[in-house]
Amino acid sequence: MSEIILKTENLGITFGGLKAVSDVNIEIRKKQLYGLVGPNGAGKTTIFNMLTGVYRPTTGRFFLDGEDLTGKGQEVINHKGIARTFQNIRLFNNMTVIHNVMVGLHNQSEYKCSFLETILRLPRYFKTEKAMRQKAKELLRIFGLEEERNNLACNLPYGKQRKLEIARALATNPKLLLLDEPAAGMNPNETADLVETIKFIRDNFDMTILLIEHDMKFVAGLCDEITVLNFGTVLAQGDTKTALNDPAVVKAYIGG
Amino acid sequence: MAKLGKIKWKHYINYIAIAIVTIVFGAMSFANLLPSSTVYLLEKIAISIILAVSLSMVVGFLGELSLGHAGFMCVGAYLGGKVSCLLEPVFGNGLITLIISILVGGLIAAACGIIIGLPALRLKGDYLAIVTLAFGEIVRSIFMNSGEESFGGSLGLSTPRYDKSVLFIFAFVLVLGCLAVVQNLIRSKHGRAITSIRDNEIAAHATGINVTKYKLSVFTISSLFAGIAGVLYSFSNFRVQSTNFDYNYSIEILVMVVLGGMGSINGSIVAATLITYLDTTLQTVLTGNLAVLQDLFYALILIILVVYNNAPALSAFRATHNLSVFFEKLRKHDPAHRRDDEAKWDRVPTKIEMNEILSVDIQSTSSTVDPDKKEGK
Amino acid sequence: MEFIETLISGLSIGSTYAMIALGYTMVYGIAKMLNFAHGDVIMVGGYMIFLTMTALGNPVVGLVAAIIFCTLLGITIEKVAYKPLRGASPLAVLITAIGMSYLLQSMAQMIFGSAPKMVIVADFGNLKLGSLSVPVYTLITLGCSVVIMVILSLFVKYTKVGRAMIAVSEDRGAAQLMGINVNGIITITFAIGSALAAFAGFFMLMKSPSLSNTLGAMPGIKAFTAAVIGGIGSIPGAMVGGILMGVVEAFSLHVPAVAPYTDAIEFIILIVILLVKPTGILGKVRREKV
Repeated sequence: MSEIILKTENLGITFGGLKAVSDVNIEIRKKQLYGLVGPNGAGKTTIFNMLTGVYRPTTGRFFLDGEDLTGKGQEVINHKGIARTFQNIRLFNNMTVIHNVMVGLHNQSEYKCSFLETILRLPRYFKTEKAMRQKAKELLRIFGLEEERNNLACNLPYGKQRKLEIARALATNPKLLLLDEPAAGMNPNETADLVETIKFIRDNFDMTILLIEHDMKFVAGLCDEITVLNFGTVLAQGDTKTALNDPAVVKAYIGG
Repeated sequence: MAKLGKIKWKHYINYIAIAIVTIVFGAMSFANLLPSSTVYLLEKIAISIILAVSLSMVVGFLGELSLGHAGFMCVGAYLGGKVSCLLEPVFGNGLITLIISILVGGLIAAACGIIIGLPALRLKGDYLAIVTLAFGEIVRSIFMNSGEESFGGSLGLSTPRYDKSVLFIFAFVLVLGCLAVVQNLIRSKHGRAITSIRDNEIAAHATGINVTKYKLSVFTISSLFAGIAGVLYSFSNFRVQSTNFDYNYSIEILVMVVLGGMGSINGSIVAATLITYLDTTLQTVLTGNLAVLQDLFYALILIILVVYNNAPALSAFRATHNLSVFFEKLRKHDPAHRRDDEAKWDRVPTKIEMNEILSVDIQSTSSTVDPDKKEGK
Repeated sequence: MEFIETLISGLSIGSTYAMIALGYTMVYGIAKMLNFAHGDVIMVGGYMIFLTMTALGNPVVGLVAAIIFCTLLGITIEKVAYKPLRGASPLAVLITAIGMSYLLQSMAQMIFGSAPKMVIVADFGNLKLGSLSVPVYTLITLGCSVVIMVILSLFVKYTKVGRAMIAVSEDRGAAQLMGINVNGIITITFAIGSALAAFAGFFMLMKSPSLSNTLGAMPGIKAFTAAVIGGIGSIPGAMVGGILMGVVEAFSLHVPAVAPYTDAIEFIILIVILLVKPTGILGKVRREKV
């Protein structure tokens, strides 16, 4: 068994007395495709928001690669290696496609360039700028977006916007990639394409991926392991097929 | 030589234009061809450009609203003016006094920017607007009620007279400096981080951008230049009066930024020049109650331009009727070069539709699950 | 005695601020925008009172005319300038609102000229109780404001429209799904806010009869500050913030050494509150949906 990348311990959050999520224990191993499944309002996105520092968990902790990141700020968590996409795509709409990815590259140590070096246009500026552009182009090529690199992000078709958001998240060089309903709003062709893309990322970037999804077919075809949530608590966990066939899960979904 | 060919002249055209203007007017000034009113107008234009370009960084690129730009200018004008009063007996009226005053005025304004920005920029929403507005009023009331011997109180502070034939050249050199700082910063990784905050703050956070740091830096740099513009103002007018730096002046600078097009530095430069020119020429034409026409004009610019450029209902109309499309048509008639956005839009948009599809999915999985369950039992 | 006199004066100024702050806070809570033109609606109400007073001489008719006109004005502003921008960036809405404020000020100056008008609404004299001497208008202002604020609180709490307003301010999307006419509620909010502004204009003219096109500018800014101090979006917060602001102002004006810095002191309080408790005294933490 490979090493554990993400581990949560009794993770939970309360909003004004209401338990939105409680006692979530998840272990995700390197290169795993892990699914977070459940009906609307089950607390899936809330878990993402805790893992990325948008919300501070009220109970429990979580560890990335053994390091406790509970309650850290969003930027810190991103620097430590968790990147995400959003349920309703959040691109930098009025920036070009390549600039979107370059913002993702912003914090990497090899592209450091101080304000002063930038303003005075010292050699380092030109060097980092060139290197960033090169790297961003490579990423865009992988996602089939190279042609559109100088278009505004908002002018991309929907499926490509999703891809761009993933490319931007990957540009931050994460250890763990969180995808929030990546297939939402996609047509069947785009979804099929997305499945390939996600597998490709896992294999070529050695990436560990945690994703939220409604679509059971999508999950069954993609994820190695899943956690099923309902009303903020874990219904079932483990190997995708077993978890989906768990009586509690079947009951929650079909209501009978 | 190969490298030279790669230089994007588009990026440097504003420097070149301003440099040419400076050289031409500088030469005219040395040949004594410039009337003093033109010299004064040139100084005012330089000040306006610095103000507009620095505010444009906050409003157009960072997406925050500052209504206290005149307040920072006021700080610079009073403190820079005071320093020049103190230095004049020691260093005389030369460049040294000028430079030191500008440094002091600018840096103190920048410090005020940090003090104001810290509480306001941590918060989401329109807080910066209201806090900067409050700041402008605080500054004015403090200088207004200052002692006669410190800052001249309600009479204002008299500052030394400078050689008028040189001052505007110096002012335009500062314009170039301001332009270099703002433009170089915007066209860099830092600039991309700044615009990413404007476009989607939540995503910027998630992408690891230190949002507070960038907001504060941009606001501080913009305050610095507002302060520098203030010092120039004190040199240009020989007298600094707090009543001149009121809320209306901040709005006038905002009008320049909006008129020039938010997120366009060259636009801000053109609009600043235009409005300052109109201001001065109209002053003699629109007297008495007619002076209000100018305010009315500003108000209409703000409302009409912003509604036109931002109303969601007009977005389709804007896509086909804007300047860049117009210029593109002028430049290349080849239809292959035109961007064809509509064709690429094949999204399945609504969430509700998707949920319907999903519920079907669950049914279909359940049918495959059911037999297993029966077998289990 | 002086203390009580200053306090009453402060409460009176404060209740005027509270009336204006209510307009800001309700619009902010429901339309999620800072209506910069709100202060200038007060000024328009003032001119309306001036016009009816010169024509008919009756302050009560003037007040009614001002209320009607301001309500219509508020609705018009919302429809013309803000509604097209629903869904656009907050920055765009804010700049448009500033433009609107400027437009009202310059139109008023075009129509009525820049010289201030004298509008003597009524002279009630002073009420003397032993050594205590209080101008009667302060008591009228205070009394009316309290009544209006109680009615408004009851309206929001117990009527269908009021509860719909709360629903829209909590979650516009969900309210819409529940069948609430969000646009209608926003219009009603603007109408109520503007009517309150007309009252504030009346009170301000009672206090000092000089009317110019910038009548509402400074009180507007201060009332917004009061709304932020009390917690923007909170109706009791606006009242508390407004009263606090008025009392601080009255006492500060009373001490000669700090009197010239009164405005500065009020704004410094704002900055301090934002540093210490950014949500204001009674404000709630809002979570943005991610």
